[in-house]
Parts: sequence; C-alpha cells; structure tokens
Amino acid sequence: MQSSNVALDQPLIKARDICFSRANKIILDKVDIEILPAQILTLIGPNGAGKTTLVRILLNLVNADSGSIVTKPNLSVGYMPQKLSLDSSMPLNVRRFLALTGANKAEVSEALERVKVPDIGKHVMAQLSGGELQRVMLARAILRKPDLLVLDEPVQGVDIAGQSTLYRLIADLRGELGCAVLMISHDLHLVMAQTDTVVCLNHHVCCQGHPENVSDDPAFLELFGRQTDAGVAIYTHHHDHSHDNGICDHPHESET
Amino acid sequence: MPDFLILAILTGISVALVAGPLGCFIVWRKMAYFGDTLAHSALLGVSFGWLLSINLNLAVTCGCLLLALILVMLQQKRVLATDTLLGILSHSTLALGLVIANLQSSIRIDLSAYLFGDLLAVNVTDLLTISAVSAFVITALCFLWRKLLALTVDEDLAKVEGVNVFQVRTFLMLLMALVIAIAMKVVGVLLITALLIIPAAASRRLSKTPEQMAVLASLVGIVAVAGGLTASYWWDSPAGPSIVLSAAVLFSLSLFFRQKV
Repeated sequence: MQSSNVALDQPLIKARDICFSRANKIILDKVDIEILPAQILTLIGPNGAGKTTLVRILLNLVNADSGSIVTKPNLSVGYMPQKLSLDSSMPLNVRRFLALTGANKAEVSEALERVKVPDIGKHVMAQLSGGELQRVMLARAILRKPDLLVLDEPVQGVDIAGQSTLYRLIADLRGELGCAVLMISHDLHLVMAQTDTVVCLNHHVCCQGHPENVSDDPAFLELFGRQTDAGVAIYTHHHDHSHDNGICDHPHESET
Repeated sequence: MPDFLILAILTGISVALVAGPLGCFIVWRKMAYFGDTLAHSALLGVSFGWLLSINLNLAVTCGCLLLALILVMLQQKRVLATDTLLGILSHSTLALGLVIANLQSSIRIDLSAYLFGDLLAVNVTDLLTISAVSAFVITALCFLWRKLLALTVDEDLAKVEGVNVFQVRTFLMLLMALVIAIAMKVVGVLLITALLIIPAAASRRLSKTPEQMAVLASLVGIVAVAGGLTASYWWDSPAGPSIVLSAAVLFSLSLFFRQKV
C-alpha cells in the first residue's frame, strides 16, 4: 500500500490546538486531530459542532486562528464536498467530469462500474441525485488514487438502505486504494463496522477512540443518547452540550 | 461593400470570437453582475482619460484592469457577498463617470459612443488593437482551460486538488476586464454584458460539452454581429444595440431546440 520509506504510522495530517472563531462565536477550541495512513476516521457531532469547519481547516481551505497543521509532503487528497457549486448552465456529463482527472475512456468506465453506477455516464453533473453524486465522486477518487479521501456527510440525501451500501463501498475502496478516509457523519452506528477511529466533536474533542468505546463514553452519551437499538432510526441530537452538569466527567485538554 | 462596414464587421467578429468562451465562464460562474460592474466603471476610465488627457483606450483598459483587481480583493475578503454591494459599486461608478464627463466644459465628450458603442466608426488601428487583444485572450483561455473548468465545477475541490484558485480566478477577472475594454467599441458599456452572456446562453441547449458551448457561443456572436450590422446598414439602426438585439433573437430561436445535456 505505502511503498515509500516513510514510517507507516507517520500521520498524513497532524493538527494541534486548532482554534477558530467567527463573529465572536467559538467554533473550534484547541482541537487536536491526526489522520494515520489507511485509517478510517469518522468525525461525528451535532449540527453546528464545527465538523465541516475543522475539515476545511485541515484541507487548508480556511485558515485557523491559531494552532499548527503538519501535512505529509506531497499528500494527494480526494475531496467530496457536500455539494458541488456546479451550475446546470454548464453542459458537463459524468464521463467528461471524470475525464477531467486525465483518465481515458476505459478507466472512466471501469471506475463507474466499480462504484456500481455504470449507466449514468451520460447524465448531467448538475442534475445527479445525492447518492449518484457521491458515487461519481468516489469514482473520481478511484481515478485520482489519493492518499487521503475526505468525505463531508457522504450519505446526505441517500436512503437508509443506500447508506449502508455506500459505507461498505467506502470501506472496500479504502482496502483497494490503501488510502486513509476522513469522514464527517451525523450518526455513528451505520458507520461503526467500517470505522477505525471515531472523533466526537462539539467545538472541542469530547472523546475519541474505537467506535465501541466511544459509544459507551459518557461524553458521547451526553451528545447522542444511548444507541443500543441496532434497528434503523433517525437520531435526534441534543444540541446543548454543557460541561457543568457532571455527566461529562472525562478530562478535557482545555481544562487541564 | 463600403470600407467602414468591412472594418466594422471584422472588428465585431474579433470581439465575438473571444466573447463566446469568456461569456460561457460568466454564465457558468454566474458572474454577469461582475461584468456589469466592470463595464460600467469603464466609463469612469474614459472620464479620467479625458481629465488627464491620456490615450482613452489605454485609460479604459487600465481602469478596467484596476477595478478587476479591486473586485478580486474584495471578493477574497468576502466583503462582496451580496448583489447589493456590486449594484452599488456598478451604478455609482457609472454615475461618477457620467458626472465627470459632463463637468469638462472645454470639450464635449460624445457620451453615446461610449454608452452604446461606435462600431461603424472604427479605424484600422482599432481593428488591429482589438484583434490582437482578442487573440491574446483566446490563447490565454486555451492555456488555462482545464484549470478554469476545474474552478467552475467547484472551487474547493479545485483547491484541494492543487489548483491555485486565487491566481486563476484573478487571471480570469483580468481577461474579462481586457475583453470589456475592447468590446466597449462594439456595443458600449451598457450592453457589454449582453454581448458576453447572450451568445453563451443561446448555445447552451445545443451543446453537449463545455468546449462545444464555447465554440458555438463564438459562432452565435459572429452571426449576431453580421445580423446587427446588416440591420444597421439597411434601416440605419444603431449598430451596437442592433447586434445585441439580433443575439437576443438567436437566443429565442435556441429555445426551440431540445436541451441535449
């Protein structure tokens, strides 16, 4: 997978003490995060917890107010934003979009086949459904062979059955491409089987670790409630996360 | 055919050629209002050119380029988030240009030539300058084509994939400023945006790829120039507005086609 001489566990991105505030509101407070090669890291947290902001900072799309980010030299990143800003006035079909990576016809067909949408090559990019767009973006990632694939809410606008298929596809691709995956998600249990590490974010890192440990963590329970029900459910998030009620009793970097 | 008409046609064609692909980017990136703002402020360039008695073409070009840079800076700082702000800039620069132009009592500027174009009065020097600028911008667009497409699909995606978004975006704005400076001769500051976006919009339904749309937009522009000048010759209608009108007619005709992609 990694053919270079660099130690395998050298992080692809290592961020320390990331702080970010906008309009006097603290969005991120001393966030530490690191992404290891071939790791699937899922970032979860309630709406407005700063997940997308953190990812944008890690990708150098936004500058943090303070903190340091060390990125592995020549890191190639595949990015899947929540939505493309592409307008329907641009006549761009899926095949052409994928060919922008420099891939030839056969490679494009193969990539579309791999993400199980072989027939949408002629569809217009601006009119794809949420699920189709995610698959096309995954096909693009296959063609670009990135070291790190960053997915912002990859299952948005995809039905529940489609969601687990998509997560499985992402996990499979990680295996095939040997890339790390950084993923933002609203809910934990659908991604659990495929995730190595979960970072639970609510302006600061509440807790992190293996999904099973995280799902028992008091800080996680405070944010999401207990998710013992393996059935399919839409979670309601508790948006107010307070630290002075004694439930969230694990140490925070910001308090130590 | 009289000489002035041949010169007018050739000049119109060189502007239409570059207006096609550039207009496509304006349509795709929803930059029409930026174009308006740049064009309206071009009149300010004219006024300052008179005031400082320097070459007017030079003054307009420099004015446009300068404003393009200012717009890029404002956009970068996210000050220019709203249409309102662009609207304020656009029309206050136009108003300032008009006021300054009228304050100069010594020489009366023929304002309508700048507002609506003066294609029938172009000379050989104009034609050569305009076709040189047009050729330069077309070449630059070809070189930047892939990066520009990437930027248009999604700026964040392009940036993550290693495109220098700021640089390319700035360059696109400067190219737009250059084209506006030359297109002024053809249709005037009030109608420049129309000359840029109508041919592009008219070719949308007939194209399957971005490249097809760009080439087709150039062709539509050329037909519009020919149609407008013919009308102007036979019925003595003002050349610039006639060109824009015939582009609009072509756009209406395009609506009868079924969108392919």
